Amino acid sequence: MKAVILLGSKQKVTVEFNLVGSEFDSAGEASSKIKRILQQIGIRSDIIRRIAISSYEAEMNVIIHAYRGIMRADIYSDRTEIILKDEGPGIADISLAMQEGYSTAPDFVREMGFGAGMGLPNMVRCTDKFDIQSEVGVGTTVTMVINH
Amino acid sequence: MLLAEVQQTLQAEVLCGKDLLEREVDTVCGADLMSDVLAFAKDRTLLLTGLINIQVVRTAFLSDLVGIVFVRGKRPNSEIIEMAGQKGIPVMVSSYTMYEACGRLYLNGVGGKCESGDSIGK
Repeated sequence: MKAVILLGSKQKVTVEFNLVGSEFDSAGEASSKIKRILQQIGIRSDIIRRIAISSYEAEMNVIIHAYRGIMRADIYSDRTEIILKDEGPGIADISLAMQEGYSTAPDFVREMGFGAGMGLPNMVRCTDKFDIQSEVGVGTTVTMVINH
Repeated sequence: MLLAEVQQTLQAEVLCGKDLLEREVDTVCGADLMSDVLAFAKDRTLLLTGLINIQVVRTAFLSDLVGIVFVRGKRPNSEIIEMAGQKGIPVMVSSYTMYEACGRLYLNGVGGKCESGDSIGK
């Protein structure tokens, strides 16, 4: 039998994961767990896909670029909020990083099928609210909200 | 087209998910770039790829793909097959090249479902 999570209008489910830079073996597992929980809550599948894709893109960015980070999902009945806060090199020019095709990912990441410079624009496309704050030499925080 | 028909069309060997071949395939994404899959995957999309790594399975799971066909006879290792099994993603391997495999599916009625400038819908 599948587990079902019932979520009242004022309740939320929070999950938090520690991400470690360059740990490619587990990259995407945090997003996969968030997706499983959304399925158990019974969120619509097209909404889940948008949450899963945007969180996976953001999770991959932390694994690729940062030293470590924390990923938290707050799931409310009407929306999901995803926050990723990393310690890393930060982004010097955010508007440049938001351009499709711009990437600073190393070649081995491209060989894995990532680092095409599509991640940030895709997060914007999949989410209803997207915010990115970054400080060079400190780290980057991405906040995303997807309405259910 | 059903996954079972995809298997016949591509003369593919099923590596996991034999019980899931009744799934309907509306369109196919032929890509080695998982970033593109994440940006353009639509409902009931099958992935044809020549890229063999664990991220292919995670990409398939997170973007709700109906299955994965590895082309050019590339066989994933047992870790990849096992993870696909756990995540409920059928995996096949076909000896056709990417171009040939895409062409055969297209000729058999699986369209691209993609308009110019089209991307993931909100």
